[in-house]
Amino acid sequence: MAKSNKPIIWGTFAAGGTLTAFMTPVLIVLTLLAATGHVPDMLGYENLHAFAAGWFGKLSIFIVIFLSLWGSAHRLRITFFDFGVRADTLVAIAVYTIAGLGSIATVVYLLRI
Amino acid sequence: MGEKMSRRPYVQELSRTTWYFKQPRYMRYMAREVTCIFIGAYTLILLVALLRLSQGQAQYEGFLAALQQPGSIVFHVVALGFSLYNTFTWFNVAPKALPIQIGEEIWPDSVVAIAHYVVWVVLSLVILFWAGVI
Repeated sequence: MAKSNKPIIWGTFAAGGTLTAFMTPVLIVLTLLAATGHVPDMLGYENLHAFAAGWFGKLSIFIVIFLSLWGSAHRLRITFFDFGVRADTLVAIAVYTIAGLGSIATVVYLLRI
Repeated sequence: MGEKMSRRPYVQELSRTTWYFKQPRYMRYMAREVTCIFIGAYTLILLVALLRLSQGQAQYEGFLAALQQPGSIVFHVVALGFSLYNTFTWFNVAPKALPIQIGEEIWPDSVVAIAHYVVWVVLSLVILFWAGVI
């Protein structure tokens, strides 16, 4: 096996996969608590709004949604192929369009807060 | 003559749409791939939450109320299972993607994987603490 200590260039898939591996389970736990009626303090309107109003909160929310969207979109494209859908160009346009629109919407919503 | 010369061509018998039922390892591969459906859908829920948050308190609290529907709870539980599967499979291949070399030595795969798990647990606890859950 070739030895290499070169910096690894992570694509959005790698970055998205890494971020979702670290973050998604705990985020789902938080909203699952809210779904069962035990809303965590931070998910209350006042607290979450204050968090999203600051630049650190905006940046965090943007990174999480942006990378989750693009990582999932790329993997979904491969998954469609694996399920026997061979219209790859069409699938690619569809999933990347959703990811692109979602990214723009994230920025717009964050700027309104 | 023609029949004697002909060889039996290799015919791939895997179905294009059901091939992953053939072997457990194919099933595990597909289970890993379909995690993206749940993570992607969950991300869209986060996007809706952000939209509602930007619209005001009444709208956001309406969103929190909508989360309590039975279908939403079922989705959360299933999505949690798939996202954990994504986490485990991601960390288990991480040593292949991120070999750490100090001098001549390359860290064993298990060390790199365990380091990922430790960081993950600590990060999750920090976020739970930050959110006021623990």
